[in-house]
Amino acid sequence: MAIEDDVLVVGGGLAGATAALAAAREDVRVRIVSATQSTLRQASGLIDVLGYPPDGAGTEDPIVDPFDAIADLPTGHPYERVGADAVRDALEFFDRVAGDAYAGSHTDVNALVPTYAGRVKPTARYPAATAAGLASDPRDTLLVGFDTIPDFDAPLAAGHLEAAGVPFAVRGVTVSFPGIERDDAKVTRYAHLLDRNEPVWRGGSETGSRAALASVVEDRLAGESRVGFPAILGDDHATAVRTDLEAALDVDVFEVPMGPPSLPGLRLEDLLYGALEDAGVRVTTGVPVVDYESARGGADDRTGADSDRIGHVVVDRNGAAVPHRADQYVLATGGLVGTGIESDREQVTEPVFDCHVAHPDDRYDWFVDDVFGDQPYARFGVDVDRDLRPLEAGGGLEFSNLRAAGSVLSGYDFAAEKSGSGVSLATGYVAGTRAAAEVTS
Amino acid sequence: MSDADTTADAGRPTDEHADDENDAFEPIEVFPEAESMDLRPGADSCYKCSTCDTNCPVAEVDEEFPGPKFQGPEQWRLKRQDDHDIDETVMKCSNCMRCDSACPTDVPLSQMHNTARGAYVDDQMNTLSREYVRNRLLANYRRLAPLAATFPRTANFVMGLSAVRWLGEKTLGITSEREFPEFATETFREWFTARGGAHVENPEKRIAYFHGCYANFNTPAVAKALVRVYEHFGYEVLVPEQDCSGTPMFANGMLADARRAAETNVRELAGALEEGADVITSCSSCSMSLRQEYPELFDFVDTETVAANTWDALEYLRVHEDLEAALEGAAVGEEFDDVVYHAPCHSRNQGLDSQTIEVMNAIDGIEAHDVGDSCSGISGTYGWKAERYETSMAIGEEMFEHMAAAPAETGLTECPTCSMQMEHGSGYPVYHTLEVLEAALVGSEADGTE
Ligand SMILES: Cc1cc2nc3c(=O)[nH]c(=O)nc-3n(C[C@H](O)[C@H](O)[C@H](O)COP(=O)(O)OP(=O)(O)OC[C@H]3O[C@@H](n4cnc5c(N)ncnc54)[C@H](O)[C@@H]3O)c2cc1C
Ligand code: SF4
Ligand code: SF4
Repeated sequence: MAIEDDVLVVGGGLAGATAALAAAREDVRVRIVSATQSTLRQASGLIDVLGYPPDGAGTEDPIVDPFDAIADLPTGHPYERVGADAVRDALEFFDRVAGDAYAGSHTDVNALVPTYAGRVKPTARYPAATAAGLASDPRDTLLVGFDTIPDFDAPLAAGHLEAAGVPFAVRGVTVSFPGIERDDAKVTRYAHLLDRNEPVWRGGSETGSRAALASVVEDRLAGESRVGFPAILGDDHATAVRTDLEAALDVDVFEVPMGPPSLPGLRLEDLLYGALEDAGVRVTTGVPVVDYESARGGADDRTGADSDRIGHVVVDRNGAAVPHRADQYVLATGGLVGTGIESDREQVTEPVFDCHVAHPDDRYDWFVDDVFGDQPYARFGVDVDRDLRPLEAGGGLEFSNLRAAGSVLSGYDFAAEKSGSGVSLATGYVAGTRAAAEVTS
Repeated sequence: MSDADTTADAGRPTDEHADDENDAFEPIEVFPEAESMDLRPGADSCYKCSTCDTNCPVAEVDEEFPGPKFQGPEQWRLKRQDDHDIDETVMKCSNCMRCDSACPTDVPLSQMHNTARGAYVDDQMNTLSREYVRNRLLANYRRLAPLAATFPRTANFVMGLSAVRWLGEKTLGITSEREFPEFATETFREWFTARGGAHVENPEKRIAYFHGCYANFNTPAVAKALVRVYEHFGYEVLVPEQDCSGTPMFANGMLADARRAAETNVRELAGALEEGADVITSCSSCSMSLRQEYPELFDFVDTETVAANTWDALEYLRVHEDLEAALEGAAVGEEFDDVVYHAPCHSRNQGLDSQTIEVMNAIDGIEAHDVGDSCSGISGTYGWKAERYETSMAIGEEMFEHMAAAPAETGLTECPTCSMQMEHGSGYPVYHTLEVLEAALVGSEADGTE
């Protein structure tokens, strides 16, 4: 016996979760097996589709309309593989899953979100908690930082934003967070205090942490109509925390996305996993897929090419090898960070199915010395056809029942072009939809 | 580094250590009693993303706890640089091992914590201190249990006396807030012997049951359920000699005690493997210990073999039998109509957190409500310590809320201490999944061997 499903998604990041959700719309049994948590916890929670052209990152102005720009992408780029319409469908799909939690769907144009260093970042979808802070909004702004969170220097960020020419006045102040003394307290500690509105000492008596925080900020307001905090305002009850602060201060409150670890990323992860549960997707986390057994090429191979099928995969459960069988598989194991692509001194590999990963023979050609330069390694990944099926070195299919999605794919540099989440969404959506269609056909 | 702001180069193939392989690498002794453990590659692969910190239930409620990243890779580096003491906060870690499965680059966090805790206890803790004595006592519950089990009624009576609990708090630092677990009047092993051992003989299908201490002394109903369910599927059940799995010892830094227990277990279980059995546990911390902590901390001849052949009871049935087909049409008593399920952290880490709900859904008439990924907060002996009680309850708060919100007043879990915490915080009766399977497959009529 093996654990049996129709569609098995390997990897539970943004790409894997999207693939599973998309597949689960059909009457098929879907499972995710994921080794660890996704990189969402480190990402900002913003959904970038395309912020800069692939070759002009850092030198050119941000892209205004990412959908326009997709037509100019080089062959092999994940967006080129799936096509602009699929990117649009995927975003619409995301909007339905995210509901009120995300904004930005009213326009194709990139939104400009202030970051914790006082830059402005082009992005396609942003958490509702960030909405009141957009740089295109002309209202005067107060940024509030905390002396125990050195990563967000509010006065400095305000200065940078003004220097960048934002169309409003912005000021930054640094205050103490009521109830926190250590400067290395975890972000989850701040969120927990506010989520539970835990009593803290303020002005000689105990007050709920939300009211205490509002009273610290109240004195510092000078007529601004919106106030930005680092993104630590609650986890499970983030909306209530923000609403309470807004009511107490009588201003709009927004969050500035922070570096890792990131609460907006965590909340997005919770949102996706909640949706997976509602959709009846079976989720197995904490264990890796380590190997596979192939089966004979099947007659349902639409290309007619002579390629193998994956029969079952092997999950390593702390030493025991547990077989998992499905009809269709999606590889969504992430890039070099998510360990979907591995490199040693000799070569770059895709460790689960040993799919071909094109890379220069000489490892000194894997990167250029300029850290901010165009890094070849950032594009390493598996090449796929327009159906997202991994290709061998010679261009044939690796397996007829495997698709790949997310940062395991080659041909793009998410950090440079600001396209990480968008690519994961679009390719996850397509891979999941096609996998399910194949099962039901 | 974050892409929220700058160009991330997180994926850059690491080149910094490229020359180490040529230079003769001089191992530096960090934790003296752990020479065999080279944790450096683990420490090096940490890129400080702090994902582990966002998973730590203790750091979430206790500002004073510096978190897993500090306790693991950072402390390792500090300790290596000069003669740094191990930070005493390592004793605040509950060994829930959540950080372990969070790390995207496989830093062996809990192995680092277990080693650091061991070194702290050996080198820095006063063995005459109340804390040490108390921890040793809690860690070695297994040594006391047989005595109490010999006179269970007396033991239960004495332990229940408020004076004793008050004394426990004052003299030993064991919280008086909790009820001591009751001792069964007949241990599982006594029952098994009395029924004449296994009722099925089958050289083709054999399991060795690692029941652990709790199912033997406190909840033999769980162990009996395992025997009946496995016999239902035609398995011969062996019950080899065994010691404590070591979980409470790891969590208290009593590595020497744990090593002794592990040596017995590995030897006995390896013997059962030779008779063609696979090792099955009914407690998620026991399986975690045999599968992951033993290979990380010990190197007995058969450690790896035992780890590779140890399974959780439900997991094994799902892989080796068509469990869902067997459950089709099965019915259970009303007590299981609605259950609220909590996946123990140690199941979660083994990728077993979703299997119970999946299997329960296959049984007609059972509605199983998952409380989600909150930690129960008791973590074995942790929540028994007077100074940790409040932390333990603060962590558990979320689980209690979810339990109260779910439309069920019966709890379900696979970990004996999570079960205590669930009962303590909600007042609900709490069952083990095997008891539900027993009701579905064997019926509430016992097999006449009571
Ligand atoms: C620090 C950082 C900041 C970022 N900031 C942004 C941002 O601001 N905006 C943006 O749009 N994007 C950002 N990104 C990029 C974005 O997060 C990723 O591109 C995207 O989330 C990748 O999703 P994924 O699902 O492809 O991979 P991942 O999120 O890496 O998920 C891969 C999953 O697969 C699992 N896995 C790996 N191997 C196996 C195996 N063998 N078996 C089972 N499971 C396995 C992993 O454990 C992991 O859970 C950032 C990324 C990083 C690292
Ligand atoms: S999750 Fe892993 S890599 Fe990230 S800080 Fe923790 S140990 Fe380091
Ligand atoms: S084992 Fe649990 S308590 Fe200890 S550091 Fe890791 S997450 Fe925190």
